[in-house]
Amino acid sequence: MDADRSPAKLPSETPRPAGEREELQRIWARPSGWRMFTAVNNTDIGLFYMGAAFLFFLLAGVLALLMRTQLARGDNSFIGQNLYNQIFTVHGTTMMFLFAVPAIEALGVILLPQMLAARDLPFPRLSAFAIWAYVIGGLVFFLTIFVDLAPNGGWFMYPPLTLTEFSPGDNADFWLLGIGFIEISAIAGAIEIVVGTLRTRPPGMSLDKMPLFAWAMLIFAAMIVFAFPAVIFGTLLLEIERSFGWPFFTAAKGGDALLWQHLFWFFGHPEVYIIFLPAAALVSMIVPTMARTPLVGYRLNVVALIATGFFSFGLWVHHMFSTGIPALSLGFFSAVSMTIAIPSGIQVFSWIATIAAGRDRFKITTPSLFVFGFLFIFVIGGLTGVMVAVAPFDFQVHDTYFVVAHFHYVLVGGMVFPLFATYYYWAPMVSRNMLSEKRGRWVFWLMFIGFNTAFFPMHITGLMGMPRRVWTYPSGMGWDALNMISTVGAFILAAGVLLFVIDLFLRLRPGEQGPENPWGAGTLEWLATDVYSTRSIPHVASREPLWDQPNLAADVEAGAYYLPNAPTGGRETIVTSPIEGDPQYVIRMIGPGWAHFFAAAFTAAFFLLLTIKLVTPALLCGVLAILSCFVWVWELDRGPGKGPVDIGGGFRLPTYVTGPTSHAWWAMVVLMLVAGSLYITYVFSYLYLWTVNPQVWPPTGSPPPPSVEWAAFSAALLIASVVAFVTADRLLPAPQSMNPWAPALMLIGAACLVGAVVVEIDAHWQTGLRATESSYAAMVYMESVLTGELAFTVAIMTAYGLARYFTGKMDCVRRVTFESTALLTYYTAAQGLFGLLLVNGFPRIIG
Amino acid sequence: MTRRTTWANRMGTVVAALFLEACRGVQSALAPQGIDAERVAGLFWVMTIGAALILILVMFVTALALFGPESWRRWLSRDGIIVAGGIVFPVTTLTALLGYGFVLTSIGDSRPGGESIKIAVVGERWWWRVIYRDSAGRRIESANELRIPVGRPVEIELTSADVIHSFWAPKLAGKLDMIPGRKNVLTLMAKEAGVSRGQCAEYCGGAHALMAFYVVALPQPEFERWLAHEAEPASAPPTPQALAGMTLFAASGCGACHAIRGTPAAGAIGPDLTHVGGRLSLAAATLPNDEAAFARWIKDNQHIKPGNLMPPYGIFSDSELAAVSNYLASLR
Repeated sequence: MDADRSPAKLPSETPRPAGEREELQRIWARPSGWRMFTAVNNTDIGLFYMGAAFLFFLLAGVLALLMRTQLARGDNSFIGQNLYNQIFTVHGTTMMFLFAVPAIEALGVILLPQMLAARDLPFPRLSAFAIWAYVIGGLVFFLTIFVDLAPNGGWFMYPPLTLTEFSPGDNADFWLLGIGFIEISAIAGAIEIVVGTLRTRPPGMSLDKMPLFAWAMLIFAAMIVFAFPAVIFGTLLLEIERSFGWPFFTAAKGGDALLWQHLFWFFGHPEVYIIFLPAAALVSMIVPTMARTPLVGYRLNVVALIATGFFSFGLWVHHMFSTGIPALSLGFFSAVSMTIAIPSGIQVFSWIATIAAGRDRFKITTPSLFVFGFLFIFVIGGLTGVMVAVAPFDFQVHDTYFVVAHFHYVLVGGMVFPLFATYYYWAPMVSRNMLSEKRGRWVFWLMFIGFNTAFFPMHITGLMGMPRRVWTYPSGMGWDALNMISTVGAFILAAGVLLFVIDLFLRLRPGEQGPENPWGAGTLEWLATDVYSTRSIPHVASREPLWDQPNLAADVEAGAYYLPNAPTGGRETIVTSPIEGDPQYVIRMIGPGWAHFFAAAFTAAFFLLLTIKLVTPALLCGVLAILSCFVWVWELDRGPGKGPVDIGGGFRLPTYVTGPTSHAWWAMVVLMLVAGSLYITYVFSYLYLWTVNPQVWPPTGSPPPPSVEWAAFSAALLIASVVAFVTADRLLPAPQSMNPWAPALMLIGAACLVGAVVVEIDAHWQTGLRATESSYAAMVYMESVLTGELAFTVAIMTAYGLARYFTGKMDCVRRVTFESTALLTYYTAAQGLFGLLLVNGFPRIIG
Repeated sequence: MTRRTTWANRMGTVVAALFLEACRGVQSALAPQGIDAERVAGLFWVMTIGAALILILVMFVTALALFGPESWRRWLSRDGIIVAGGIVFPVTTLTALLGYGFVLTSIGDSRPGGESIKIAVVGERWWWRVIYRDSAGRRIESANELRIPVGRPVEIELTSADVIHSFWAPKLAGKLDMIPGRKNVLTLMAKEAGVSRGQCAEYCGGAHALMAFYVVALPQPEFERWLAHEAEPASAPPTPQALAGMTLFAASGCGACHAIRGTPAAGAIGPDLTHVGGRLSLAAATLPNDEAAFARWIKDNQHIKPGNLMPPYGIFSDSELAAVSNYLASLR
């Protein structure tokens, strides 16, 4: 049925003219030597991304072995208290932030464009920027362990332990600034992935034909957009309290330590599914290949992925069962926590049904072994998950080795095993050789046996009373033998990983594609590729095009499909409509460059220098980072100069679009969603602290809010900024002409925005309100921090916009730069107005 | 020796015997001695058996899908199997489990045993301040050990002096956090006399691993006698050596941080030492309670529990150290 919609005649004529392939190769060539750092091709930087993530996996794994050695027997003194506390903090932090999330994003960068037969992701330099920022920041963060500067407050960094009073020294700041900034890089990746999956699919690939991995990455990215702002906001509050003493978490001044826990776990729980969903979807792609049949229950699987993503935001409190929350909340969060078992059950039974559906017996390969290992381990992790969701049981096992066992079953089972399946399965896509099937079985069995030997006994150790995060324990508690078994298991697991690393050295030869479609899979990433990705971009009519259109691979390689050439003479790919996948325009992308690399390096330097309190060099690096960004984006927004181009199949597409069709507009909207989530967590925090400590709110505990005129003045300025930008939009000149009103109004708009924030801060300052005095005051000024930071961004973008205007790169046609600035202005004004209402109105309502 | 100290000595022997007997599994949630822990242990076994059956079922179905006869495999490959196994089955079992969990959570409120007694425990880095009130409302401070009557509900009021801690005595009940600025109340009830061990379960920095305590459940009459004894001021030094120790204790400024009721020492920073010699352990269940351990702790506490607030007292000569230790150990 679907196949009827594929064109009867292939879109492009064959044979293709000579030299076309060479031109593509030249355009998409990967830089060599030192210029390697400028690379942006998704397969190059994606592989590099994955390599970095895997390096962090190995490093954090070594830390785990050190911990297991220390815990092998009671009263051991192999590692002292101080180092052990740093090691477990860095182990958890590295595994979550520097390995798991980046590894998944790396898979997205490598696999998505291939699965979608796009030439690259829509913002190649943005991914490269995110990767470099992460690599530099991550390495510096990890190295702190060698100089006694590593954070030691645990990976969830609970205040008040992490406040300056109990954690003086820069250790905690390395967590807050180092990790906070890597979270920003994760958000950059998420924007890329949302726009990539929704807009760069091949023609004909409607949403219901999208590979499950692409679905999972879309949900993954959406979850990052909504979950990460909570932890970014939390780290912001904690760092501000540490540096400037604004009492968000100090009970004596109206703060509350539990606020951090709410913010952290509102991120932290979805985080688990952020890691798990794409990994599960990889399994959903490997299983059909090995069973040689389409996945049974594709739609149910998509629903399950969405449901998991949705529910995962409703159960963060189950990490806080033992904080003394009311029984009603216990019941609610207990129920939601169990609900999550349903979508997981759907996925498990859909894999089983697919295995059964294959006409031939399921192929037992190394990837399928890892899939079965995953199934076994993850089912156990899920079952113990249901157990800890029952509140009375959680009161016993929370923060014990039972929970350590549980989440390693979920995370290692749910993410690491599928990842290893992925390594074996997709290796031929990026390497000349496949990995060794023979050694692969050894790797699997060592890892599987080692994992269960290490972690299964921990369930019992925990029930026997051993808390987690202890650097030592007395002998004779009945824990010694169990711990020794766990340690032996950990080393067996490590031997498996070591063997895998050896196999990588022996077999992995990146740079060109290996055997074409060795597993006989049905999805597009198995088309023949070169640096330019596929020779032409296919028309997709089903979920497994390679199975349903036997000639597809050959036709694509012959250039018989869309965009077999480079009509604009540069890097480009097709942008399609978000639901149906109809071709809309050809996006012109930029290639390798140094600017985004320096932007990443200086951004990392800014945060790291700030951590060690070298403020002036930090600010200098901040300025350099912004300048590098200017250089980077200067080449973007290229205008309609190249005119419409022919991509084959009778499609003549524009090469420049603006407004809601453009990918830049979409990215801006996703960025605004991020800002919006951040702001919602602020509003939540404001109201939360009020419910906990109403006594510091006016009229009793703090000066009353300033008189209404001040708020009205600030609001008027916000509205004026919108009016200025709306008017500037209408006054943008025609190409090659000038209208000085347009830049003047932009400047006025940005100035009004900044002015509105200044007025609001000053009004509160005049009442005598000081941010260090109470949580109320801190929250009042925090609103201005959030809106002010956006106003500052608008001001910088406006300065950039003016430069574009005066160099003739901004007019009423070439206007993407203007639109992005205007969108952010509108959003900032709206947020600011809401903030005025909250900060000036709420105390009056309750007063 | 007075009658009181004889009694205290005999009491010490009984407790030590209980202690030895309970040493293995002294902190195990699976060897409950309280009604709350017992219910959870029951819940654990129900859920574990259920989970094991489900695991076996899933693995069996997977094996069937892989190696089963053709007709079975065809049957397993329908969409219906996903609905049945992925939706209907979990919804049914989880609803039942949730109901069971609710019942367990709510029966905690209606417990037998009459009027409850109240004990306040304050989490400090890294020890436990324990405050009893006797029937006259007098405040009786102790540390690092709880004594509770068997068969009576005990309401433990949990607060923190610094960072978040979590009070957990697994053989009696689940844990509850101690959070600065908040007050949580944990109610538990011991079913039988005996000693069990508990430990801080929320990472509280530095020596978190070395923040444990003992709970001694005593029959009601013995508990009352113990409490009456605990309320009294410290006994006079029984030997000349102890007397010398007492003098050294006072002269070295120990009283600035520690209180010994009945002496000028009235510090409130460290644990109350009025009856420290009668406790089961030293340094929050890190050391045994004997003279050698006192000596080790006084001299070397920064190695035993790095980062704790007490400075190491290297100033004492061996004989002085022995005298102070002897004095402290005599405070039963």
